[in-house]
Amino acid sequence: MYDIIIQNPLYSALLALAGLSVIFGGILGFAAIKFKVVGDPIIEQIDSLLPQTQCGQCGYPGCKPYAQAIADGDTINKCPPGGQATINAIADLLDVDAPSLNSEHGEESDTRTIAYIREDECIGCTKCIQACPVDAILGAAKLMHTVIVSECTGCDLCVDPCPVDCIDMLPVQKGLSDWKWNLPSSVGEQLLASKPSGIIASDRSGANTR
Amino acid sequence: MQEFAVILISAIFVNNFVLVQFLGLCPFMGVSSKLETAIGMAGATTFVLTIAAMSSYMVNTWILIPLNLEYLKTISFILVIAVVVQFTKMFIEKSSPLLYRVLGVFLPLITTNCAVLGVALQNTTKAHTLSQSTLYGFGAAIGFSLVLILFSAMRERLTVADVPEPFKGAAIAMITAGLMSLAFMGFSGLV
Repeated sequence: MYDIIIQNPLYSALLALAGLSVIFGGILGFAAIKFKVVGDPIIEQIDSLLPQTQCGQCGYPGCKPYAQAIADGDTINKCPPGGQATINAIADLLDVDAPSLNSEHGEESDTRTIAYIREDECIGCTKCIQACPVDAILGAAKLMHTVIVSECTGCDLCVDPCPVDCIDMLPVQKGLSDWKWNLPSSVGEQLLASKPSGIIASDRSGANTR
Repeated sequence: MQEFAVILISAIFVNNFVLVQFLGLCPFMGVSSKLETAIGMAGATTFVLTIAAMSSYMVNTWILIPLNLEYLKTISFILVIAVVVQFTKMFIEKSSPLLYRVLGVFLPLITTNCAVLGVALQNTTKAHTLSQSTLYGFGAAIGFSLVLILFSAMRERLTVADVPEPFKGAAIAMITAGLMSLAFMGFSGLV
């Protein structure tokens, strides 16, 4: 048997390549089971970038479903609460260009608002409690409701269901704990701004014709 | 010991695969626009190149030469490289999803990175032993990583530099690569 293989170059070539393929196939098959990826971790990463307001303005029931939709190829500019910062962060993660916010789904507001229930007018209908995606409203039937300030994400979803319009969206007062210093512009922009123009001849001629 | 140092220095500087032998130019130009991706690509290529050089040597010495099948070495080496790349891809996908996301497009590119096949074939023509082959592969990978990371750092600076209009983008990158190649010619004759 061994002699036949050695004597016959065609058989030995076929056998060698087939043998190699079988061994490598075995290794890869083993690796496919051993290193099997459970779930799609990219969904978790997108979800952690989304603002977790669970507001549904993107058209999906919450942030996790929208993260799933992005992973499946939906556009990334449907999140008004996150605004441009979130879009840029997701674009950076997925290595795609960052589009501007799709205004169909709402505008990005500069001031963060939270819901406030005018408690004298509340009739205790519990409709806002059912609408709240993060369970930030406390109360029972025919009893006054109130909003847990630290839980409210400012998603506006409780405003519409209220039959007596007693819910206001009030801007959050800026205090010492949440005041932020504006970041200085990046080094690259500073370089571009401070750079003397017209050093290179082609730039000067370009500036003249422009 | 000295012999190993000579192989390493030769593979990294004197016979640098990218800038002297002009192998593996595709990832060199393609993945070098961001330092972060370049470092990831350099890591993946280092791993693949070292393992591929070692396993190609084993396949060549233990299977092809005893059966008088040296003429099959190109196709066998391609098979070995493809398997090593696929294995690396699975491993990275499991161990570092973020790195996988960054390198996902480029990992299959390593399969067709001619530096990998070049190292395996040069190992047979230079009649290296197992340890020499592995070291040569590792040295080639370090040389590749070195120039890739240096080049990507330069390209990051080039994006904010005042480049004349006709040279913007890929053109200035090519010129930079050419100048780097000239600089690496200075190492010739070192060993």
